Amino acid sequence: MGRVDISKIPNIDKINFNGEYTPEAVTPKSEVEMPSKVLPSIRDAIIASGLKDGMTISFHHHFRNGDYVVNMVMDEIAKLGIKDLTVAASSLASCHAPLIEHIKNGVITHIETSGMRGELAEAISRGLMDTPVVFRSHGGRADAIKNDEIHIDVAFLGAPSCDVLGNANGYTRDESGATMCGSLGYAKVDAEFSDCAIVITDHIVPYPNTPLALPAVHIRYVVEVEELGDPEGIMSGATRYTKNPKELMIAKNAANVIEHSGYFYDGFAMQMGSGGAALATARFLREKMEEKGIKAHFALGGITGQIVEMHEAGLIKKILDVQSFDLTAAESLKNNRFHTQIDGCFYAGYDYKGAAVNALDFVVLSALEIDTDFNVNVLTGSDGVIRGAIGGHPDTAAGAKMSVVVAPLTRGRIPTIVDRVNTVVTPGITVDVVVTDQGIAVNPNRPDIIEKLEAADILLTDIESLKVRAEKIVGKPDPIKFKDRVVALSLYRDNSIIDVIRQIDEDDEDE
Amino acid sequence: MKIVKPASAGTLESSDIQIRVEPAEQPGIEVHLTSSVKQQFGKKIIQVIRDTLEEIGVTDAYVEAVDKGALDCAVRARTAAAAFRAADNTDYEWRVRS
Repeated sequence: MGRVDISKIPNIDKINFNGEYTPEAVTPKSEVEMPSKVLPSIRDAIIASGLKDGMTISFHHHFRNGDYVVNMVMDEIAKLGIKDLTVAASSLASCHAPLIEHIKNGVITHIETSGMRGELAEAISRGLMDTPVVFRSHGGRADAIKNDEIHIDVAFLGAPSCDVLGNANGYTRDESGATMCGSLGYAKVDAEFSDCAIVITDHIVPYPNTPLALPAVHIRYVVEVEELGDPEGIMSGATRYTKNPKELMIAKNAANVIEHSGYFYDGFAMQMGSGGAALATARFLREKMEEKGIKAHFALGGITGQIVEMHEAGLIKKILDVQSFDLTAAESLKNNRFHTQIDGCFYAGYDYKGAAVNALDFVVLSALEIDTDFNVNVLTGSDGVIRGAIGGHPDTAAGAKMSVVVAPLTRGRIPTIVDRVNTVVTPGITVDVVVTDQGIAVNPNRPDIIEKLEAADILLTDIESLKVRAEKIVGKPDPIKFKDRVVALSLYRDNSIIDVIRQIDEDDEDE
Repeated sequence: MKIVKPASAGTLESSDIQIRVEPAEQPGIEVHLTSSVKQQFGKKIIQVIRDTLEEIGVTDAYVEAVDKGALDCAVRARTAAAAFRAADNTDYEWRVRS
């Protein structure tokens, strides 16, 4: 070694610690073997994970209302006698009603989620749980996991394909007839930041399962099961355009607003919600894009067949997909080079300035209620019962240069525009334009948009007038009654408390 | 107008109300309402049913109403139609009703 002074290499101590090369230390080729992380059952995986009372477990919601994973895993956990768990799911659906029993039996004592529907949501609205449920946006949840505000001890992640090492994905190129959910975007942070991530799959495929969503380096165990879910509930075919004339009218109005807002230019970026009117807006926008020769640089978010069709027609250059809403979207993720799956932080993280939502020119979102301060509720129904999900609503509204909220002025006898929403999910300061079937109102804090729309002769009204108009049709509703007890918190995307949900009071006085 | 038999009007479709009018077991009007918007509009719906019956001269009736978010105009129309049918009365002037 003579003249070379290796002691100057800063990490030489560590290198020295590994000792000197000896041929004996090399594993003979005959003994090199790919390890397998496959365990025979969910029960074995739970035991191997070391899951104990009081820990936090997580699930993703990419199987939507067809999911079997949550219920299968919870049943096994209950059988093992483990109690006092926190369930931190990216969202929950109607199919998760069996959780009610696990709550009653003390297996689950806390829930964190983006949304909740059906019997479970009804029961929680009526005071099922001692500890309030915590609702977060998709971006808020991803950040909370990354920043260890939610510490996931064990993640149970369903995946339609996985190899024996744990490389997992929402589709497979190796087997036909596999379940398909497209993007596994929300599961990515769980895999990365949990102490122990377990993939539950119905198709173990040959190594390497590429392209992949969840890399094996993040996965501790793999379990194969018969079925992950009901394919019908996991994915529908292509999402259809609405034929509802009211929704079409709203969509047409929304597309006109976008066209003249200043954010409709060659190379724009957009996100479309999954509601009927939001989806239909894409159709009217497409016509305008073709007419004017304008193309979008990328589309973001929950992706539907409509966005894929525009991508395949060359109208949208790239797709960033955190959740595939239909089979067309899932197929496209598999087949189109520039259709990419992204994780929750990449999509909508609050403390990541480079989150994709911050690059949006506009987003079109639905709403259950909008109040005269432009606050939006997408979480509780007009009767105060939880029946929805925060999703990426506040994330995209805050990030996009213009947020457009579309909703009918009334639904049956329920007014959409009200004095005060039941639950604030998205704060009014981030909501720029409200488009209804009976008028368009722009947030007064956006005089720039008002000016542009007025210059284009788009008829505008104000939010107060929309509220009055709704009341004229349906009458003034009596306020719904709540008890004092808080059953859930609504968190803003920075995970601060923006509102609380109280237990509904149903003391029925018949006449 | 005297209610002589049970009769109904309306459907269980969204935004409609189904009204069933029956002879009363005791004097007066009794309304039993099931509604998807009972908390917010229950009192109003019952009031509209009572007012409508009063306008057409029904003093004794048992009313079973299943509401799916109907507006007042629909509540009035369904109530009147059910009451006339239940009274076996065809002597109505729809044009002058509001």
